[in-house]
Amino acid sequence: MTDAISIAAKRSAPRNQWWDVWDQFKTHKGALVGLAVFFSILALIIIGPWIWTQDPGFVNLRARNQGFSAAHPLGTDQLGRDMLARIMAGGKVSISVGLTAMLLSITLGTLIGVLAGYFKRLENLLMRGTDLFLALPLLPLLLLMVTLFRDPLSRSFGPETGIFILIVTAIGATSWMQSARIVRGSVLALKEAEFVLAARSIGTPPRRMITRHILPNVMSPIMVSATLGIASAIITESALSFLGLGFPPDFPTWGRLLFDAVDAMQLYPARVILPGVMISLTVLSVNYIGDGLRDALDPRIRGR
Amino acid sequence: MLDHTPTKKTLVEVDGLRMYFPITAGLLRRKVGDVKAVDGVSFNIYEGETLGLVGESGCGKSTCGRALLRLYNVTEGSIRIGGVDIATLSHDALRRMRPTMQMVFQDPQASLNPRMTVAGIIGEPLDEHTKLSHSEKLERIYELMDAVGLSRDFANRYPHAFSGGQRQRIGIARALALSPKFIVCDEPIAALDVSIQAQVVNLLEELQDRLGLTYLFISHDLSMVRHIADRVAVMYLGKIVELAGREALYESPKHPYTQALLSAVPEPNPENESSRRRIILTGDVPSPANPPKGCNFCTRCPKVMEICHRVEPASREIEPGRFVACHLYETATTAETTAAHNSAGKARLSNDNQPTQQGV
Repeated sequence: MTDAISIAAKRSAPRNQWWDVWDQFKTHKGALVGLAVFFSILALIIIGPWIWTQDPGFVNLRARNQGFSAAHPLGTDQLGRDMLARIMAGGKVSISVGLTAMLLSITLGTLIGVLAGYFKRLENLLMRGTDLFLALPLLPLLLLMVTLFRDPLSRSFGPETGIFILIVTAIGATSWMQSARIVRGSVLALKEAEFVLAARSIGTPPRRMITRHILPNVMSPIMVSATLGIASAIITESALSFLGLGFPPDFPTWGRLLFDAVDAMQLYPARVILPGVMISLTVLSVNYIGDGLRDALDPRIRGR
Repeated sequence: MLDHTPTKKTLVEVDGLRMYFPITAGLLRRKVGDVKAVDGVSFNIYEGETLGLVGESGCGKSTCGRALLRLYNVTEGSIRIGGVDIATLSHDALRRMRPTMQMVFQDPQASLNPRMTVAGIIGEPLDEHTKLSHSEKLERIYELMDAVGLSRDFANRYPHAFSGGQRQRIGIARALALSPKFIVCDEPIAALDVSIQAQVVNLLEELQDRLGLTYLFISHDLSMVRHIADRVAVMYLGKIVELAGREALYESPKHPYTQALLSAVPEPNPENESSRRRIILTGDVPSPANPPKGCNFCTRCPKVMEICHRVEPASREIEPGRFVACHLYETATTAETTAAHNSAGKARLSNDNQPTQQGV
């Protein structure tokens, strides 16, 4: 039945490639499950606070360290704050930091990798810059960035947005190097491919050469480093918060919740497990989505 | 062949084309020498004809073809296509020239972007050089697919779903998209099955008849070149050693290298095959980074003379339309130069060789 439809569609006009991608994506079970999980997490952190209206910052010292109950479905922490509300609020921050920092680092890494790989003149400059960034000690650098820019950014964008911008930039600016190197390697190999020579003989200018021939063919490595990048961004944010360099202590993020709970881990293991599970679920679902997307974007794998 | 086609216009004129690739070494990447891939090549291609370019692998055939379309920046020399010297054109002007000259590549798998559909691949030249509407473009793509014998249903498929012959047809359709005058076919059949080779060559010939195309047909398959080419140029180590009309070249090759090359072609008739005398060359092709002094072929030539190690033979027209770069034929044309460098021994040698040449 679908065959008949697709044949009819082929006869009329070249079909939009994204439909093929979606068809292939649908056949990847892991990716579909990942997509479902990721969307439920998004629903939890976006729609959740409208339904479960408790304030994540409300301190109730009489209800400290409680277990699961009707009043607090996921219990409370050491200051009597509701865990469900805190997980929902923390997820919003962690996922937005993860996605934005990943986008930033991938964009930066791809841009630098493509430029360094395609334009021989820029290669030395850009790749030595990349090596320089790789050689920098990250923690002191982040410390420096936070101490220098926290106050001016907080003043101009408000404390939360200011810190958000700072953290995202800090993570993005210190994690693009791997993808830049991977992309440069692939571009160097692709640049010598015969179809690029064919495009040169047609007279395709460099910018369209990159968007039409190079970028689609380096999609796979970019995809892989993007999905891994989300995970490491969420974890770096947690580490920063733990060191007191990230968001303020009363501001919930998944990393913060995790580290707050570590002290009383033996008494209240659920408080460690819950944010940990959320981080792992997000990372895992994103990885599966990335995997499915990578396969779906490759026409050689598509249709198998 | 020149005498047969006196009225034909010259489409491509190549004069003293040199393509050197630098060799760098050491920490500072200093230039220590050049790979002389193409070293002073001159020839003309007339409108509507096919010039075959043959030679063993590594002799610079493909580099020559690519330099002709300025896919490389040539080191020296001029390439005139339709009167415009493209060796020195600016990028913009070159881009405007692109529609007149196109290329069909050797490896049909590698020359098609695996992430583009057939319609996208054939449509790329149209995107770059025309302002057709979406439906006009699609119509043109379908026309081209019909012209090369591909079903219109394939427009949405990706290159990996095709056989080698079909992929080469896609490549040919892409080359034809802008109605070029001149197509460089860089070993278009080398990667194909024998039965498919015939199909592709017939397609190329049919398109030539229909569209009046001019080909530079690069190949190492001598019998295929005999089939498709009007004139044949033989290359050895970056130089053209012999350039002649097809029949003349295959009937009586003049240059010792051409003789050796042609003696390697199997004879379909078993009787002739048993009497075929192969000229077996000894040794390897010298490195193009360090070609021998004098004649490039002097290290392997069965008829080598003393002068060959000293003086580089110039390409001279020994018969109308027939160019050979060999000291053996200098005696026939210019007696003075021979007398200047030489010796009775050489004359005797070349006389001795006469029967062998006719026998081959």
